[in-house]
Amino acid sequence: MTDSGNEEVAVIGNTDLTAADLHNNTNNTMTEEGVPLLKKMEISVSEAEKRTGKNAVNMQEIYTVYLIETRPVDAITEGPSAAPDSLWRRYSEFELLRNYLLVTFPYIVVPPLPEKRAEFVWHKLSADNMDPDFVERRRIGLENFLLRVASHSVLSKDKIFYLFLTQDDGWKDVVYDTGFQAKDDGWKDVVYDTGFQAKADSRLKALNATFRVKNPDKRYTELKHYSDELQSVISQLLRVRAKVADRLYGVYKVHGNYGRVFRYAASVDDILEEEEHYADQLKEYLYYSEALRAVCRKHELIQYELEMAAQDLVSKKQQREELATGTVRTFSLKGMTSKLFGQETPEQREAKLKVLEEQIVEGEELVKTSNAECDEYVRNAWIDIDRFKEQKNQDLKEALISYAVMQISMCKKVGIFVLNI
Amino acid sequence: MESESTTSSAQVNGNLAQTVADLSKHMLELDEDDDLEVFSKDALINQYKLEEQDIKDVFITVDCPENHVTSIETFVTYRVITKTTRSEFDSSEYEVRRRYQDFLWLKGKLEEAHPTLIINPLPEKFVMKGMMERFNDDFIETRRKALHKFVNRIADHPILSFNEDFKVFLTAQAWELASHKKQGPGLLSRMGETVRAVAASVRGVQNRPEEFTAMNDYVETFSQKMGMLDKIAQRIVKEQKEYLEGMKECGPVYTLWSGSEDQLVEPLKAIAGCIDNCCKVTEEQVAGLSENQVPILHEYVLCAETLKAVLRRRDNIQAEYESKVDALASKKADKENLKEEIGRLEDKVECANNTLKVDWERWKRNMQSDVKSAFVDMADTNMNYYKKCLAIWESFLTSQKTDVHLEKDTDS
Repeated sequence: MTDSGNEEVAVIGNTDLTAADLHNNTNNTMTEEGVPLLKKMEISVSEAEKRTGKNAVNMQEIYTVYLIETRPVDAITEGPSAAPDSLWRRYSEFELLRNYLLVTFPYIVVPPLPEKRAEFVWHKLSADNMDPDFVERRRIGLENFLLRVASHSVLSKDKIFYLFLTQDDGWKDVVYDTGFQAKDDGWKDVVYDTGFQAKADSRLKALNATFRVKNPDKRYTELKHYSDELQSVISQLLRVRAKVADRLYGVYKVHGNYGRVFRYAASVDDILEEEEHYADQLKEYLYYSEALRAVCRKHELIQYELEMAAQDLVSKKQQREELATGTVRTFSLKGMTSKLFGQETPEQREAKLKVLEEQIVEGEELVKTSNAECDEYVRNAWIDIDRFKEQKNQDLKEALISYAVMQISMCKKVGIFVLNI
Repeated sequence: MESESTTSSAQVNGNLAQTVADLSKHMLELDEDDDLEVFSKDALINQYKLEEQDIKDVFITVDCPENHVTSIETFVTYRVITKTTRSEFDSSEYEVRRRYQDFLWLKGKLEEAHPTLIINPLPEKFVMKGMMERFNDDFIETRRKALHKFVNRIADHPILSFNEDFKVFLTAQAWELASHKKQGPGLLSRMGETVRAVAASVRGVQNRPEEFTAMNDYVETFSQKMGMLDKIAQRIVKEQKEYLEGMKECGPVYTLWSGSEDQLVEPLKAIAGCIDNCCKVTEEQVAGLSENQVPILHEYVLCAETLKAVLRRRDNIQAEYESKVDALASKKADKENLKEEIGRLEDKVECANNTLKVDWERWKRNMQSDVKSAFVDMADTNMNYYKKCLAIWESFLTSQKTDVHLEKDTDS
């Protein structure tokens, strides 16, 4: 069910719906219950172009836009020449979409975007965002992102996502109108702070300190540890790999000095491009591990709020009891002051009691909803986490296999050159 | 160019010959010029030519380096074992111990006796690469191999192998050798020789025969190209070693990762295994390159210097002769003595020229075969390396495919 390939165009045909149906109810059926969007629609990010324009501070800048092409699956059966709908989007718009998804579906492990800046670079690669190789790899990464979202049973049904693919003008306004940023409540910062930069780590540690869950769900703790380990191991792997690629390139370059004798130089670029592809696959899961961690953190947050609410309720009930019975069970400032300055009048007590009762009722409601929220979150999240695990295992296994295949083809290529000497 | 190899790497031979031919382009030109007018009235030359059909009857090994400590110094001696069937030798087997200085002495004596023969170089006295010490094991082993080659080349040389000093070198015990070294021309006469040589080289040669000028040009080109090849070979070894270092870090990361996973444990561990195996294979390849090909190329870089020295000495001999001729033309007195001397020098020049020409051919043949086989070996080493890597990764694929089959079975 999950689509994990990097194909340019992914089509899983669904020809049950008639053409007429689709045409009439496109907007509705696309986001209806049933199959994920990808089964009804072909999506691709086919081109990249440079544009100039004014940015937020009214300065000229050059940026890259990417062409998103979509086509309903059934349109193809009518004739391959059916033109796709298309619109241009830039990277920041993709980011906006992802932020929206993160806030709206906090229990989903949201697929990551390709990296904002080139990381784990080695000598041959440039760290320049305008470099054509970098742009090309980003284009593929963006397409991959859209395909993954479109094949997700929950995310693909989101209207905003559909509009991202189809509505050219004013999409941004629609997104902001949803008021998702209000729902944000700083939660997005938590998501972005799960990055592995040292600075972010310290902020996260600070956040850690601010709320500590009393009864952490063991499964989530384990999951969080796993996501940390995955992140650390993949970063390490990428770093080591970059070093090796650098040195391998050095070896080939020296061989190239033999000139006519050893002709390795020609195929070096191909080989190293494939190495980059492998690195990109690893990077995707590096960033996925961040998303996974975010889901765990959100769960912690929810649980923390639940515990706070419950605690609050308990203390309020206690206060009520104290007021009602006039006994001071635990040491409190109020108890001391009342002892020192005498007790309150019965009217004051009545008033206070009434307020407390109301608060307790509210509190019980809050606890009930928090509990329900927590349960629902856990339920939904765990479904998606299982899905993610399946996807990850399959994807990484394929990546490892294709890495071996690449090594083999590299050996063959070089071997052929040696033979031809 | 010959390409008569019958091995499976015949193609490699043939194509490599192209590149070696390029190197020795000048030599080919020499070939055509050499009109086989080599034979002169000098009977000795004829004898040398005949004896070039090499019947190897002297076998020498150099091994067992040992540290030798005296109160004054510490040095390394090597065991030199000689086995021979030659009648000039009293016995058929000899075992002696020699140090580097002894080899140096031998070379000096041979050059003295045969100024225009090409004697392959000794390993360098001290490698100024900074990382090697005189007593470092690798250095000693490299030197031992080079000394072994040096001594065997002399043994294979039709003229040099009959040299008296060489015989003493191979057979005399330590004290015998020491006393023998003290014999020979005294200090003063040796100084005289040197002065004459310097004077001759300052004077310069007036009518150098065309072929020797061509030789000079060839040596220049050869020296440059060999230097380049040597540098490249050493760079390759260095880069390959660094690549190996980097690769060694990869395997452990995959193993570490497998510790966090459940389903992916098998493939991750398998990849780690593959990478470790590739590292081993790479290590073998690097060792092979640095022990075999690099020393050969390096030896011929040193050879270029030897060739230059030989050509210089020949020039000096001719210069000496020419100076005497000039003297005869100017001076009227002492004509008889001068004429005698001139006659002697004339013979000397002719002998020097002819021995050089013959030996040049011999050296050229050896060099070509050495360099060619070095490159062929390098190609073989690399081929094997890539074949092994290929096998390693293919075994990974087959192991994964069977896993996949298994998974599919359990699913259904």
